Amino acid sequence: MSVKHGLLALLERGPAYGYQLRAAFEESTGATWPLNIGQVYTTLTRLERDHLVRALPENQQGQRPYAISDAGRAALAVWFSTPVAGTDRPRDELAIKLALALTTPGVDISGVVQAQRMATIRALQEYTRMKNQSDNADTAWLLILESMIFRAEAEVRWLDHCEASLVREARNPVSPPAQATAPAAETGIDAHESSRS
Amino acid sequence: MHALRDASLEVEPGELVAIMGPSGSGKSTLLNLAGGLDLATSGDVLVEGTRLNSLSRKQLARLRRRAIGYVFQDFNLIPSLTAVENVALPLELDGSSVRAARQAATRCLVDLGISGLADRFPETMSGGQQQRVAIARAVVGDRRLILADEPTGALDSQTGEAVLKLLRGRCDAGAAGLLVTHDARHAGWADRVVFLRDGAIVDASSPLPAAESLLGAR
Repeated sequence: MSVKHGLLALLERGPAYGYQLRAAFEESTGATWPLNIGQVYTTLTRLERDHLVRALPENQQGQRPYAISDAGRAALAVWFSTPVAGTDRPRDELAIKLALALTTPGVDISGVVQAQRMATIRALQEYTRMKNQSDNADTAWLLILESMIFRAEAEVRWLDHCEASLVREARNPVSPPAQATAPAAETGIDAHESSRS
Repeated sequence: MHALRDASLEVEPGELVAIMGPSGSGKSTLLNLAGGLDLATSGDVLVEGTRLNSLSRKQLARLRRRAIGYVFQDFNLIPSLTAVENVALPLELDGSSVRAARQAATRCLVDLGISGLADRFPETMSGGQQQRVAIARAVVGDRRLILADEPTGALDSQTGEAVLKLLRGRCDAGAAGLLVTHDARHAGWADRVVFLRDGAIVDASSPLPAAESLLGAR
């Protein structure tokens, strides 16, 4: 996601100046995405250059509010209606790390899997605690927390699957040598089974 | 062949500990030992200071009835009894009068926010409702150790979550909880997560950090 579309979405509620936008952004993302004020101003400048917002006259305190333009509304509508593509970078790094651990001599891959699993479970505990504390107060925040919970859960399931594949591989070395397959590239046929074990 | 070896675990009042691990890693064995359903061939199990191995069969049965509550995947409610009768049953078996047991069971259902189910029979309740009644049965009479073996296994994720929340609430109110689960999402409710493999504890998540530290890291 870009800060650009985030700001357009906030301006759709009504004109606002930089500090207000930053506060509203952090509020609506539950502070999961801290934004510095410099980023807000650079983004506003670019949005103005592209005619997606326009600057209004400064108020008495010297703050300059911005308003969304029709072109900005159109861009926002396109953003909302377009599925998010691309990959989640930290997860990719993990897949690459595991693939490399498998093919690098002397690396204890089950140790790598286990360390990652415990770290992810710890994060899951933390998200759950935050969710339990927020208690339905703030739907937008709960939505974000749930997304993090689902992601962490998926990662643990995937790690379980990797581990099960590695164990099977170790027991039945008749299959092609370990170097040939990266766990991330395997199919998820038995993911369910291994996660229930 | 030992199902568990060198496994040392302490659960404090107010704490919920989740046990994870592949099948055959000894999760259920650990739970059964903690609850006195099995006795360890070596080593000690203490429940509130009482060494289980030192008890006679009768004493052990009594301690199990009074101090320990069990929650299983398949609820195990008695079909011919209403919810409140199911919850009162362990107290009656332990020698309480029917009246006193019934009162305690009713209080317990109120505490757990499910008093509306009191007069329902198991077959008229959903899985989630039955499991909540089963939790009431596990904690009635102020039992302070709750052992749950895949309590959400038969429930959909929303209902499972509600059941976990109830369990979490009992621990926050001072019970000690031990939860066996294969589901990371449910282990997330625990204060500590212990990971077993081949009968040994290979890892345990430390007590939780402050809430802010994680957000800062993102």
